[in-house]
Amino acid sequence: MDMKNTENHIIELIDVCKEFDGVSVVDNINFKVRKGEFVTFLGPSGCGKTTTLRMIAGFELPTSGQILLNGEDISTLPPNKRPVNTVFQKYALFPHLNVFENVAFGLKLKKIETTYIDKKGNEKIKYTKLPKAVIAEKVRKALEIVDLAGFEKRSIATLSGGQQQRIAIARAIVNEPEILLLDEPLGALDLKMRKEMQLELKAMHKRLGITFIYVTHDQEEALTMSDTIIVMSDGTLQQIGTPEKIYNEPENTFVADFIGESNIFTGVMPKDGLVRFCGKPFPCTDGGFEKDEPVDVVVRPEDVEIKSVEEGMLKGKVTSVIFKGIHYQILVQCGRYEIEIQSTTTPAVGDTVGLVIKPDGIHVMRKIFRVNKFSGVITKRNTVEFGDGEFECDVTQLYPGSHLDEEGYLITAKGEKLDLTDTEVNVEVGLHDITMSDNLDEGGAQGHIISLIYKSEYYRYIVRTENEEDYVLACEDLWNENDLVSLSIPKEKIRLTLKIAEGSKK
Amino acid sequence: MTNAKTHPHFSRKLLAIPYGLFLAVFVVIPLLIIVYYAFTNDEGKFTFEYVRVFFNENGEGFFAFFKSYNFKTIMQSLFISIMSTLICLLIAYPVAYIIAKCNLKNKSVLLLLFIVPMWVNFVLRINALKELFVWLGTYNKSNAWNIVNTIIGMVYDFLPFMILPIYTTIIKIDKSYLEAAKDLGATPAKAFVQVTLPLSKAGIMSGVSMVFLPSMTNYVVSNYLTFRNIKIIGKLIDDYFTGDLWHDGSFIALVLLLFMFLFTWLTGGFSADEQTETRGTSLW
Repeated sequence: MDMKNTENHIIELIDVCKEFDGVSVVDNINFKVRKGEFVTFLGPSGCGKTTTLRMIAGFELPTSGQILLNGEDISTLPPNKRPVNTVFQKYALFPHLNVFENVAFGLKLKKIETTYIDKKGNEKIKYTKLPKAVIAEKVRKALEIVDLAGFEKRSIATLSGGQQQRIAIARAIVNEPEILLLDEPLGALDLKMRKEMQLELKAMHKRLGITFIYVTHDQEEALTMSDTIIVMSDGTLQQIGTPEKIYNEPENTFVADFIGESNIFTGVMPKDGLVRFCGKPFPCTDGGFEKDEPVDVVVRPEDVEIKSVEEGMLKGKVTSVIFKGIHYQILVQCGRYEIEIQSTTTPAVGDTVGLVIKPDGIHVMRKIFRVNKFSGVITKRNTVEFGDGEFECDVTQLYPGSHLDEEGYLITAKGEKLDLTDTEVNVEVGLHDITMSDNLDEGGAQGHIISLIYKSEYYRYIVRTENEEDYVLACEDLWNENDLVSLSIPKEKIRLTLKIAEGSKK
Repeated sequence: MTNAKTHPHFSRKLLAIPYGLFLAVFVVIPLLIIVYYAFTNDEGKFTFEYVRVFFNENGEGFFAFFKSYNFKTIMQSLFISIMSTLICLLIAYPVAYIIAKCNLKNKSVLLLLFIVPMWVNFVLRINALKELFVWLGTYNKSNAWNIVNTIIGMVYDFLPFMILPIYTTIIKIDKSYLEAAKDLGATPAKAFVQVTLPLSKAGIMSGVSMVFLPSMTNYVVSNYLTFRNIKIIGKLIDDYFTGDLWHDGSFIALVLLLFMFLFTWLTGGFSADEQTETRGTSLW
């Protein structure tokens, strides 16, 4: 093995996948963590961040892929054999043991290896337990680190949430792990306590010099504490980078939306350094896109300045002003677009203002678009309602081997009779599977064309319905912007999957 | 609060009245009657006569008590109870553990398999067991066999009462405790001994008292299985009362009460900590 490659990386995940009962939770994850780094997995609940952490700890085995620790594969090693300790979400302090016994739990189990020469002169290895005095000293030091010196005799039940949290940390760090894993450790604390602990953990990380891997759904926490943030969503990595990079240069709309507040617009790049959105051209610093490539544009609320109408690049009407402590959150309606602004100036609701966005406040991202995704509901007639319309569909694809009886009930392969009415489903429709027509009664939904882009072989249209549902479709014919069209989708092209309830995912 | 306004005289404490009445009529008053009978003679006069008779049956001095019939019965009864409880525990813990930890969806069905026998009348079950012993040739074969058969009967009868509380405590142990133990370097065996076992102590204690105390008095089992040759405390009391010796019987009942009190106190049944909480929320 090439040791040079791995010496700086304490842990490395290669193509790691995890499925629970056939449902993919973590999908093909690859990343490396440098020794001594403070890494945070950030993402909404159910994104696979905790599962990834549990795979590193050894509580879950990856379905496929490898986990390397210092270059060695530990994918199937049980948790007790890994030089890794975990601070659990709900602390998991042993209620039948006192503080000292909790913290000393790992030390008492530890066996130290000593080599000695026996009477016959052979070298032998002996495993001995740590002496009691050594354990007591280590526990005392660990409690000192977490600011709870002298708490040895206390029972767990008498401690406050914050103190339990500290004991949980002490119990983990006393074993001097190579990596400390923290699974939303501050989730149960109140805001003020949480902020304090964030700083303390950060300081502790500096002092101990070991690698911290932290899991949170709180983007502010991630930005405050981490050296590197790994943003996850739906079991896949969205972006890896420093907090500054993640905040200022999000790679996609998910990251932009999840980290901090942001205005996200759909735009096009006529040329490098110029982006068109909200119906206006804006100079920007990004480039390297195809001519007229559709892009996502992210503008942070604090990067929008309120000026007079004459000075403004955009003008709009103030619809709401909310005091937020340090700043005001202001919503301005510019035509069809609502723009969120953070500012210390306070226009009155109803004022017409001008807005200025400086080039470095605009972040342009390549648009990733493969398929239309909607949430839908099955109706009584076994059609599906989604995207402001109703379409005929084949409901039997929800249950393999099923068929419909004459009354419209679904008979599964096992012979169970199901009434699908009101079943929530995910709907996917391909770009090329939607056709437009000017006969408004023909299709399942109607809308106006709000954008069209020539893509050398076809035009790409975005059709927006009355209730702001967007369909993206490809068509070889030329239509005009603002045309009212109806949309049809062939029955067999509507792909349905059952929505999996949040609870059953675990 | 609105209730308090519309019903100014009604307080929650009033809800305790039916329970208090029940307690008084069926527990406190009978208990007082026992105490009364234990310390009075036929003329209704206060006396320690029956205390003396119990400890010094034949007037041969206090140490003769340890050779007396009463003492022998109590010791035999204690031995049967302790053995039954131990065997129940040894069988019930693994069963409860396996059911709680197995990955089956219908754990309750598995649990039911151990509980359903309780639905059959227990005199019937014990009689069936007797027939089995007759068939095996161990029925009333010797005193030792009689004790063994009684213990088997007690275990058979009380096993579900041991399984259920242990099962409920094990199933409630948060998985994260075990994960934490393993995370800190414990092998699965060490994690069991240091975490699962201590955390299921409440269930064990609950089960032990559910088996130990009844097996001191359930003389139906010993009567049927030993041709009335094995006596336990319950039978002793019964004999006195059916023999119209109410005062002697009452005093032994008091001795038994003392045993129960000591046992409950020793197993921590009176402390208001997690153990009582477990009892409150478990099936009992």
